[in-house]
Amino acid sequence: MPLLDARDVHGGYGGMNILNGVNMAIEADEIGVIVGPNGAGKSTMLKAVFGLLSVTQGEILLRGEPIHNLPPNKLVQKGMGFIPQEKNVFPSLTVKENLEMGAFLKPQNTRRMLKQIYDFFPPLFDKRHQPAGELSGGQRQMVAMGRALMAEPSLLLLDEPTAGLSPLYMNEIFTQVKQINAAGVGILMVEQNAKQALAIADKGFVLAAGQNRFTDTGAALLADPEVARSFLGG
Amino acid sequence: MNELVFFINNVVIAGSVTGSIYAIGAIGVTLIFSIMRFAHFAHADMMTFGAFMVLLLTMAFPGAGAVVGLPTPVIMLPLAMVLTALLAVGIDKVFYKPLRAHGVKPIVMVIGSLGVTLMLQGLIRLFAGTSGQSLYMAGERKEIYRLALPFEGVRAPIVITEPQVILFVLTIACVVGLHLFLSRSRLGKAMRAMSDNPDLARASGINTNAIVAVTWVIAGGLAAIAGTLLALDVTFKPDLSFFLLLPIFAAAIVGGVGHPYGAIAGGFVVGFAETLAVFNWAVLLRPIAHHFPEWLELPRNLAFVGTEYKIVVPFFILVAILVWRPTGIFKGKVI
Repeated sequence: MPLLDARDVHGGYGGMNILNGVNMAIEADEIGVIVGPNGAGKSTMLKAVFGLLSVTQGEILLRGEPIHNLPPNKLVQKGMGFIPQEKNVFPSLTVKENLEMGAFLKPQNTRRMLKQIYDFFPPLFDKRHQPAGELSGGQRQMVAMGRALMAEPSLLLLDEPTAGLSPLYMNEIFTQVKQINAAGVGILMVEQNAKQALAIADKGFVLAAGQNRFTDTGAALLADPEVARSFLGG
Repeated sequence: MNELVFFINNVVIAGSVTGSIYAIGAIGVTLIFSIMRFAHFAHADMMTFGAFMVLLLTMAFPGAGAVVGLPTPVIMLPLAMVLTALLAVGIDKVFYKPLRAHGVKPIVMVIGSLGVTLMLQGLIRLFAGTSGQSLYMAGERKEIYRLALPFEGVRAPIVITEPQVILFVLTIACVVGLHLFLSRSRLGKAMRAMSDNPDLARASGINTNAIVAVTWVIAGGLAAIAGTLLALDVTFKPDLSFFLLLPIFAAAIVGGVGHPYGAIAGGFVVGFAETLAVFNWAVLLRPIAHHFPEWLELPRNLAFVGTEYKIVVPFFILVAILVWRPTGIFKGKVI
């Protein structure tokens, strides 16, 4: 049974449909990457999975259980974590408090998970008493990932985690995503840097106009000349 | 020295009393704003409601305070806080929650809260009548402490009343308690998180409805404290705290909207500004009046504004802050 199985998902904001039948399935140990041109509905699909917009048709299953139109806090309980692209930290809370909020539903795990997160992102330990709003973009992204991991999710959704970061930080983020996945967390992420993202992807989903254009393994999509020509810039 | 005592009585003590009440009220206003993003105009009447509950409870159990040696209204305060917190949560359920569910603009919530304020005032008038009533009943009296200073030639004592002392103690307790709650407790941190970024709070699994309820409980409890101690200091009237609405909002804005510590600072700034503005400075100048040139005669009353115009002071501060520093002392959320 796939970890996440989205079938023929339709949805959008205020009666305007952005998703017109998207299909997506990833297994528990896989990295799924959504790429595509601007306005293809990539982030919208991620938000639909996380219950942030209403799914008007189709279904989304988490381990076989329907989850579409459940509120986000229920989805967090079911083991889903979400990292938005912007505003992904609590700026006036310290780094430590940000991480604690991630474990809000499992306060008994806070201490153990804090240690794990500090081991995984050592810079956060040094900055733990600093307000997250004072950190650099890359460090904020670490706080955001740390916050989501505090709840020990089985599926992590990332919305353009490398947007606006320098190439150095970008590579670091991709490495970290791979490490998180290696620890047994399923990943579904939206990325602008399609080539790099597909390189680490088990499954790649190329969306256009709210529908699947190509769906294959990351390596196969990278090798496909048609995908390369129309979506990866040659 | 007598002049100094006069200054302590009329500025230090009076300013602290006003400041404490404004501060406790402003904390509630600012917490509600930071969680629900609207200016809650019914807050002052929630304060009156708290005092009204104390009035009813004191009528029901007159003289109950004698057992522990405190005024009965003070003994009834915890119960009144619970009732006011329940009222606040109830009002939210019935009036504000449906509006939020419709996703209305904040201004609609503000107008809604104006409706609630009129309703509350009407209800209180209906049951309490329109005249003033003392919370001291069944033979209880307001204890007044006169502390004579041990100096030669000091005739006037420092005067402070029992409710004022209780007010100071409770204000300090509220401020310390609020600080510990917001900085240490899981719920308090979640409240700050929701104030920072409600969407991310939801995405972290925080039940934002529960946070809203907690906010109302705290705001209601604090409102009951402020209202009751105000009623103890003066008398209970149905419009007891309605006229405090402006200074309380001024305090919240001066401190920086959405910033609880700012609200405390703002409360005392506005409170002291008010008392200093109506203070008769001639009293302090009189001892050195003989140094003045002859043509300069010291007037009998040398206050910035007359007592009856006290209300213009917070208004002036509000305008000044909005013009020169709209984010307040602490950087708050600009409305």
